[in-house]
Amino acid sequence: MGTGRLYAAVAAGGFRRYSTYRVATAAGLFTNTVFGVVLAYTYIALWDERPGLGGYDQAQALTYVWLGQGLLSAVAVMGGGFEDEMIERIRTGDIAIDLYRPADLQAWWLAADAGRAAFQLLGRGVVPMAFGGLVFHIALPTDAGTWLAFLVAVWLGVLVSFAIRYLVALSAFWFMDGAGVQQLAVLTGLFFSGMVLPLNVFPGALGELARALPWSALLQAPADVLLGERTGFGLLRTYAFQAAWAVGLLAVGRLVQSAATRRVVVQGG
Amino acid sequence: MDLIHADSHAEVHADDFIHLDRVEKVFDVRKKTGFLRSERREVRAVDSISFTVPRGEMVGYIGPNGAGKSTTIKMLTGILTPSGGRLRVAGIDPSRERTRLAHRIGVVFGQRTTLWWDLPLIDSYRLMHRMYRIPDARYAENLDRCVELLELGALLDVPVRQLSLGQRMRGDIAAALLHDPEVLYLDEPTIGLDVISKAKVREFLRDLNAERGTTVLLTTHDLTDIEQLCQRVMVIDHGRLMYDGPLTGLHEIGESERTLVVDLERELPPIDVELARVVKVEGPRQWLAFPAAESAAPLVARIAAEYPLVDLSVREPDIEAVISRMYAEKATS
Amino acid sequence: MADLDERRDEYRDFAPAGGSRLVDGLRAYRLIAGMWIRSTMAYRASFAMTVFGNFAGTALDFVAILLMFSRVDELGGYSLGEVAFLYGLSCAAFGLTDLVLGSMDRLGARVRDGTLDTLLVRPAPVLAQVAADRFALRRLGRITQGLLVLGYALVVLDISWTPLKVLLMPVMVVSGAGIFAAVFVAGAAFQFVAQDASQVQNSFTYGGTTLLQYPPTVFAKDLVRGVTFVLPLAFVNWLPALYVLDLPYPLDLPEWVAFLPPLVAVACCALSGVAWRAGLRSYRSTGS
Repeated sequence: MGTGRLYAAVAAGGFRRYSTYRVATAAGLFTNTVFGVVLAYTYIALWDERPGLGGYDQAQALTYVWLGQGLLSAVAVMGGGFEDEMIERIRTGDIAIDLYRPADLQAWWLAADAGRAAFQLLGRGVVPMAFGGLVFHIALPTDAGTWLAFLVAVWLGVLVSFAIRYLVALSAFWFMDGAGVQQLAVLTGLFFSGMVLPLNVFPGALGELARALPWSALLQAPADVLLGERTGFGLLRTYAFQAAWAVGLLAVGRLVQSAATRRVVVQGG
Repeated sequence: MDLIHADSHAEVHADDFIHLDRVEKVFDVRKKTGFLRSERREVRAVDSISFTVPRGEMVGYIGPNGAGKSTTIKMLTGILTPSGGRLRVAGIDPSRERTRLAHRIGVVFGQRTTLWWDLPLIDSYRLMHRMYRIPDARYAENLDRCVELLELGALLDVPVRQLSLGQRMRGDIAAALLHDPEVLYLDEPTIGLDVISKAKVREFLRDLNAERGTTVLLTTHDLTDIEQLCQRVMVIDHGRLMYDGPLTGLHEIGESERTLVVDLERELPPIDVELARVVKVEGPRQWLAFPAAESAAPLVARIAAEYPLVDLSVREPDIEAVISRMYAEKATS
Repeated sequence: MADLDERRDEYRDFAPAGGSRLVDGLRAYRLIAGMWIRSTMAYRASFAMTVFGNFAGTALDFVAILLMFSRVDELGGYSLGEVAFLYGLSCAAFGLTDLVLGSMDRLGARVRDGTLDTLLVRPAPVLAQVAADRFALRRLGRITQGLLVLGYALVVLDISWTPLKVLLMPVMVVSGAGIFAAVFVAGAAFQFVAQDASQVQNSFTYGGTTLLQYPPTVFAKDLVRGVTFVLPLAFVNWLPALYVLDLPYPLDLPEWVAFLPPLVAVACCALSGVAWRAGLRSYRSTGS
């Protein structure tokens, strides 16, 4: 089997696997909706108080809320993707088997995670957006071009998200129990992705820092594209920003992986 | 059903420690028939089963997967409520007085450990000590005994996650016995264990039953468990009791065959040797069936003398095979 | 070697007379929680990190509020101090419940992998065993930060205290914890039916506490009615806290409603107890 086909099969497997969790998906949608509603009302109050805050009008702010709920699973801000399984395999030592597989470890998990993301983009993304659109006044673009540009930004976001979580998973080689690192990662991700509050509302230097960190590629970047804030050269800059973080973090991931592999070999598996 | 012993649903005797009278368990199973459609179907997991077990007996409860073994055990331990019939263990209705019964029974689920994964083995025992309110002297005595007979001494301070499957099973059995249960239920106690661990577990159970008079009910897929431990066997299939009686009465076991897998140096014509017949040949590997009652040793010696041997192994007859044979014979008779 | 009957007699002397289920349950809870505390101590570095993580993670919501107030002076007509007051009370009450019952949302997973059965053969109430499951001291982080924020609110706010208001404060936190406990237990009971639905429970528990962190004036009237009359989360902090702050509630309700939280908590717990029993009964009759 060609490598391309192998990874395609792994990705398809990831998609199928998550598509079988029907009740969990429905329950997750319910949660997204509840949190979306709570958040939406606080944003309405906030933008009532300060119209045009962060360069968004109220409709854009509400779009941001529901987009955040819709992307939460796809870009795995709260974790819950491949890394749980990978950490478990590191913990039990099964990872040694993976290392001897002919497939590349990082590419393998990336393919599986891409499959998961594709499912969650559809399964967990569409309903919150539709609900938000029906119940609140939100501002969705009408031209296909913006939507297409948005999808590209989402996939770059998934890539950055994977690269970060891959590093988190690898940390389990050094920490016997990955829960602490995972929790810290979720926290940082929640805050700096803009899931708590849009990053352009963050004040001063904190805002600048937050917008420069990789997590802003997960939600803030796709949101700005969807809300029509990034076009032409600005759009390319956004893509370049996301891609640069993705490439950089994936490369770091490879370095750490080889260090971890040496560790496994030294320990004798 | 002529296989069932006539006396199996007699009235309650004082000595009938476990007593089942036409016990039933019916599940509503929903089966997906389409994307959103599903079909409701009634499944009789246990279908009017009656038997009694006197104190101190050691009984094997066998049958194919999904036959109703686990459901029966779950009703006996009070986990599941029967849909019908009457069930008593030590005079207690398990489903009504689950916690009272818990003090008097021990349960080992073969594939689910109740030990604390990240803590040393001894910590799990201390929890049992307090949760079951075991008098200190009893606890110390029972623990010492289990540690000695199950060879747990060196393992007490080892976190459970570092134990092998066999060690963990021994640890689980000890945990189930610290509160002096009158009956011990074991669900597949030897599954996945190596030969030595299996032997240790069996020896321990035999001693427990002989010395303490603990009633033991075990489900298993391993016929050797039954042969070495149980005076009495019950066979259940499709929720019904197909056989209840002494092991020797289950004559099909005597007629069942074990398989000797022989790897030769090269491809050769089927091995011709007394008492065994070749059932399959695949390149240099050959499968020979021989009566389960026979010892494999002389057979192996003879083959080794006449053929260029590389490797060999013996496969035990499995319960599925015995039961299917049972059916086949009933059909022809 | 003493024979089994003789041995059993000893236990009878030892068994608690009458043995109330509540006492049994609390005892089992304490034992199991103790085991979990020791388990987490097996990974000390990770434990330290999760304690910090829990504190920081739950404080994130307040950081969001601070960020909002860095841009505005009022939210829904409430000052930062007033929002902090609501926030602190909601977090303290929820944190208390989270500490005690935090892993009840794992019930579905336990049903799925069959480990619930191992709890059912123990001589202790299942609810206590499930409640103590994965007991984690790191959850003190949420209570701590909730109380810190509450402390901040009490410092900056100029509340005209009366003895009744002072009394209402601890009553509010404990009753609020009781109301959240009812939601946790009812949510777990629901998982007997739908094993993958732990997220539904989370949306009521975590979603509920998030909702209560903000002023009721922010939300649509229908939503406020819903959490007042249907799922009475408003009794956790909104109604009693607004009495303490002398602020009007968006719905027209008599003042004594502010003192109902203990009654609401008891009623909710009773209802969720019924739900739990029904759930457990259905599990024991269906085995799934």
